[in-house]
Amino acid sequence: MTTQTISPDRDRRIARLVDPEIANLLGLLVLVCLVFSVTATGFLSETTFVSVAFQLPELGLLTLAMLMPIISGGFNLAITFTANLSGLAMAAVLHSFGGADAGAFAIVLGIAAALATGALVGWLMGVIIATTGAHPILVSLSMMIFVRGLGEFLTHGGDISGTPNAVQAIGQGTVLGVPAPILVFAGAVLLWHVVMSRTRLGFATRMIGSNLEATRYSGISTRRALTLIYTLSGLMCGLAGIVMLARFNSVRVGHGEAYVLITVLACFLGGVDPFGGFGRVLPVAIALVILQVIASGLNLLGANQHLATALWGAFLLLIMVVRSIWTSRFLQILFARR
Amino acid sequence: MLKLPIGATERWLIFVILVMGAALGVLTHTFLTLPNLFDLLNASSVDIIFGVGLLVVLIAGGIDISFAVAASVVQYLTALTLQAMGGGDWALGILLAGAFGAALGCFNAFWIYQFRIVSIVVTIATYNLFFGLLMFFSGGVSLYDLPDWLTTRIPVVSIETTNGRAEITILVIVMILCVAATWTLLQRTSTGRQLYAMGDNVEGARRIGVSLGAMHYLAYGWLGLMAGIAGLMQAHYAEEVVPNALYGRELNVLAAVVLGGARLGGGRGSILGVVLGIILVGMTQNGLNLLGISPYAFKMIIGAIILVAITLSSEGVGKLIGSLRAPRTRRMAQ
Repeated sequence: MTTQTISPDRDRRIARLVDPEIANLLGLLVLVCLVFSVTATGFLSETTFVSVAFQLPELGLLTLAMLMPIISGGFNLAITFTANLSGLAMAAVLHSFGGADAGAFAIVLGIAAALATGALVGWLMGVIIATTGAHPILVSLSMMIFVRGLGEFLTHGGDISGTPNAVQAIGQGTVLGVPAPILVFAGAVLLWHVVMSRTRLGFATRMIGSNLEATRYSGISTRRALTLIYTLSGLMCGLAGIVMLARFNSVRVGHGEAYVLITVLACFLGGVDPFGGFGRVLPVAIALVILQVIASGLNLLGANQHLATALWGAFLLLIMVVRSIWTSRFLQILFARR
Repeated sequence: MLKLPIGATERWLIFVILVMGAALGVLTHTFLTLPNLFDLLNASSVDIIFGVGLLVVLIAGGIDISFAVAASVVQYLTALTLQAMGGGDWALGILLAGAFGAALGCFNAFWIYQFRIVSIVVTIATYNLFFGLLMFFSGGVSLYDLPDWLTTRIPVVSIETTNGRAEITILVIVMILCVAATWTLLQRTSTGRQLYAMGDNVEGARRIGVSLGAMHYLAYGWLGLMAGIAGLMQAHYAEEVVPNALYGRELNVLAAVVLGGARLGGGRGSILGVVLGIILVGMTQNGLNLLGISPYAFKMIIGAIILVAITLSSEGVGKLIGSLRAPRTRRMAQ
């Protein structure tokens, strides 16, 4: 709503249909699928796509949690541990109501507890970042150490397991043949898309990422916006925590620790500017699908887990280099025209 | 350049360390004994070597989270090379470790400088790249078959006390050398001033003729060098090479360095602050241990301390007290 194009409606609709960024990513997705269907036997089967659909959401929700801070020019390194802590809060509530026998009220209460925990952690981070101007990497890093410590202190490094069937259905069930977690994820993507493209907060987020001071001088309460950005990020971590708990029927502090790399990877593959200010939700969601397909493909190929970690690192470097070359080429063309 | 050798952050840290030391001295009867204090110093030495290296990168305006994993890689490579060379000695060991470390640091600098990629993204990538490759090629197997010179403890100062033998080992000597070298680089050479200049304002530094490329390679290479030496010293301290022994250490070091007044975003930080920050964190851990507090609570307490410290950091307090000075621009990006 905030940007207005002068071109007529029909042109806009066509432009949106052949959005080059999304088209490129979809092309990459097809390419990746082709490569794996040739190299990995049994890749093009229903089981692969079902497993992708079940594994994507937790990674996806965490990526959404990472996305808003990155667009605002920050970072949230605490995402996985915030999700763990939220899952822990929900598991604790369910446990006090009888573990696997907990009723509907306990489940609702547990979900509320998880979301509230995530939002609280995020809010605290946001307040510190907004009021002190301390660097988001630093604040989220120390928050990560604190939250991990808190989680380990509460669980003593063990795990809490046993949830009612209704909760497990969120992570493992299907609705009309569609895996339930992917529906949760689709809802979250839609919500984030609306927030980023249709609300004042989304606009403020991009503006803060471009120039914090200019945004403040133009009359936007950057303090409130920053607090809200990290609160929403924390809330999304809470949702990720619920899905993780539901999928594994247990929660352990440290689960998904390695996801931070892949969430960053998804954001940058999805065209988010690493310096902040630019980025859209839908390309990031497609980038996530690509990464999850690659992960499943590597799994099918029987790649060593540590080698896969190294490959993710190399892949992140590759994407950044391609982006860097792309932008500098683009600039050269731009200047040559002048 | 010597107007006041001790800044506000450092004075504050010294105060907290003294208060905490006094409190621990009263609450436990083992804290203020020579063996414990010397152990604390020995144990903090590796982190201080990491810390002064990281300080150089932070001052230059970057960040690196891959150095601890890089140190593990260096440990492995050095141990294997020494085995292949049939032993070696301290000089060769430090030379090899430093060279491997500096090479890995320059690897980071290459991506950051040549392609203008944000340093946190590059180091997240290389962190996983290094660790994944190390675990893949080592198979997660530890090395115990180290050369004799590396595993023998070398006490430099040894005092017999009623509470047992108090020793200062070669770790502390190497630490002091690294600290002195970094201090000289930052405070006594024009290169050091250029690093500060680049960290404070990249474009400004470029226009007055600072070679940004050289500075990038120097900063990350220096951290790599320090990380390599720290890795060798850690192997000496632990008497073994475990591939994931240093995994996660970078966060504690980074937090402690920032506690010591270094600023993410560059241009500010002091050696004394780093040393004090790491000693404070080491002391907290040591104190919690002696007080018999559950080790599971350590990380939580240290995380909380760092969070509070950031919140109370000079900029934050300055804002709370009121805008007496002209409002400082807050640096968000990078």
